[in-house]
Amino acid sequence: MAEKAAKPVKNPRVAMPEQDPQVRARNFLEVPTGYTNKMAQEEAARCLQCKKPACVAGCPVGVDIPGFIDLISQGDITGSIRNLWSKNALPAVCGRVCPQEIQCEGLCILGKKGDPVAIGNLERYAADWERSNGTGELPPTQAPTGKKIAVVGSGPSGLTVAGDLIVKGHDVTIYEAFHKAGGVLVYGIPEFRLPKEIVAQEINFLERLGVKLECNAVVGRTVSIDELFEQGYDAVYIGVGAGLPRFMNIPGENLVGILSANEYLTRANLMKAYKFPDVDTPIPIGKNVVVLGAGNVAMDSARTAMRLGAESVKIVYRRSREEMPARAAEIHHAEEEGIEMYLLTNPTKYLGNEKGRLIGMECLKMELGEPDDSGRRRPIPIEGSEFEMDCDLCIVAVGSGANPLLTSETPDMELNKWGYVHTEEKTGKTTKKGVWAGGDIVTGAATVILAMGAGREAADSMHDYLTLGW
Amino acid sequence: MFKIVKREEMAEGTVILNEIEAPLIAKKAKPGQFVILKADEDGERIPLTMAETDKEKGTVTIIYMVVGKSTALFRDLKVGDTFQDVIGPLGKPTHLEKQGKVICVGGGTGVAVLHPITRAMKDVGNEVVCIIGARTKDLLILEEQMKNASHDLRVCTDDGSYGHHGFVTDVMKEVLEGGNIKEVVAIGPVPMMKAVSNITKEYDVPTLVSLNPIMVDGTGMCGGCRVSVGGETKFACVDGPEFDGHQVDFDELTLRLNAYLEDEKNCHEEYCTIRDAQ
Repeated sequence: MAEKAAKPVKNPRVAMPEQDPQVRARNFLEVPTGYTNKMAQEEAARCLQCKKPACVAGCPVGVDIPGFIDLISQGDITGSIRNLWSKNALPAVCGRVCPQEIQCEGLCILGKKGDPVAIGNLERYAADWERSNGTGELPPTQAPTGKKIAVVGSGPSGLTVAGDLIVKGHDVTIYEAFHKAGGVLVYGIPEFRLPKEIVAQEINFLERLGVKLECNAVVGRTVSIDELFEQGYDAVYIGVGAGLPRFMNIPGENLVGILSANEYLTRANLMKAYKFPDVDTPIPIGKNVVVLGAGNVAMDSARTAMRLGAESVKIVYRRSREEMPARAAEIHHAEEEGIEMYLLTNPTKYLGNEKGRLIGMECLKMELGEPDDSGRRRPIPIEGSEFEMDCDLCIVAVGSGANPLLTSETPDMELNKWGYVHTEEKTGKTTKKGVWAGGDIVTGAATVILAMGAGREAADSMHDYLTLGW
Repeated sequence: MFKIVKREEMAEGTVILNEIEAPLIAKKAKPGQFVILKADEDGERIPLTMAETDKEKGTVTIIYMVVGKSTALFRDLKVGDTFQDVIGPLGKPTHLEKQGKVICVGGGTGVAVLHPITRAMKDVGNEVVCIIGARTKDLLILEEQMKNASHDLRVCTDDGSYGHHGFVTDVMKEVLEGGNIKEVVAIGPVPMMKAVSNITKEYDVPTLVSLNPIMVDGTGMCGGCRVSVGGETKFACVDGPEFDGHQVDFDELTLRLNAYLEDEKNCHEEYCTIRDAQ
């Protein structure tokens, strides 16, 4: 990503070109515009090609990082993308949305004294190059095994499982509840961070490999897991995401103008409501927007509201900057675009008018006390610090829980006390025979790449099961 | 793609029936459940409770009033045309059990949703009194079907052009006075369901209403369809769509249903202008 180093370093990384903040804050085009060939060559040449690369150990799907970067520096981009595909079915996505700073790049030896190699930028470069210049030649797949796999959910973990198992020769069908595949990549992450065209192409790549896609199929309603087995599937992977929005449970939450981030982003991204009235799904346009929460979803919501024409957008968060769960780069981008941070601030009440519409919010100032169970310092209200702020649109981005739609219809699959699916570590096996699970429905809301890592482990275990037995 | 195999106009063309090929949904659907439909690529996802399902033919039937651009788009689809997306069955089915004498009350297009529930109530052995109403005779739908689905059908019109002159609630009161009513199912416009629930509360008769709030996904993911029921927030898509009418905050529901009123009006007018110009 494009964080600027605090002090000048020798051999700095090649900065990612970006749209100007003033301009991009009002459009939906992608913020970073991508390396040129020359930039990519220059950045690739910075890689030390370590014999024991720490970066690879930091990658949940074990991408051969020095390998693909070396191929870029040799000018063999086709070779580079094939190297990436052998470990990662979604390089164009991961190059954009992985938190590289705490994974591969966080472990890069160059980072000890200066900037780590821009691994994410290079991964993105190779994938984008292939999309515009590649031959479209597919990686080899193994001979058909005759085994049928159903993947439930077409988000990052489901797509990874599908990609891994199709090349191993299995017959894979993905079931998606929405009318379009991609899961959080299409309904959650905004266009300006991950263009939907790119997600569509990554999915098209899997389809060309032979993966079948059934949209509008709500597993748990349209069809049950047991019925999938009756239809002849040999194994099932559940990667349905967390998908149950949390609210604040404070007075006034059902006023018009208060939306979960799930709803707001789904309208904007999946339904393309930012083009309303050219498309038919409306989205509320706020003048003074408040986003509750400080994770990546909160940043995405705030930046979307700004692009839709808000006069002010505030992030309201009860802890301090240090505890904000969003990636540093996302916070930086949001602030560049004019999003204000109201930290150590806790909303206590929504204020409405006689038409039941949101007009403001009452908040309390907080201070940090002793660390709580999460190890973070507990925010404590400052007595008498109540204040009101104007607000006609509030987006609640305080996390999500486990959606029971599928799990409640699958009683013989064990859940934990929070309703997430209980799985065996390292394999993703559930307590129901022939069923694996991974991603947010197992871990609770996490990142794209962790979901992909879980998918990779499950796919390996499923392959063993299909070839060797349970 | 989901093909329309039958199309009918009712209530002077303001209400449309579409029978749609959707074998997987038809196989699973139960009375009280809904589907989400989307006409085309740029269309909106519209939830509608199913009026009929045919497992043999593999079809589901929806009956809707044309109120905005999305339903206007639906109206313009002919037999042989397709809905790009139909998702379901969603929501919980109606709880059905033999209780004795029950009343099914329907208003407007709510009658369409009430029809399969009424029939199922009869099928499990209840004695069903059915009361349906409309503003005027020409806007009344499914009279014949409701007659067959119940033991005793009463019809009302607001203007007195047919049947009882007055509201469904007037007739319902009479039936309630007769005593021994075990349950009331009321489906129709929000003011009607509210009025019915207020009355049945006085008589202490359990009352089921079917809600149709604004929603996006229909699977519990967006929370747009939240309704206050007995002081608790529920998601109509997964916790409903049917709730205890005595517990529902109908005033809040009304306000929430109006969230996009301006947008919808502008969008519909623009569509009609363009359509008429063609």
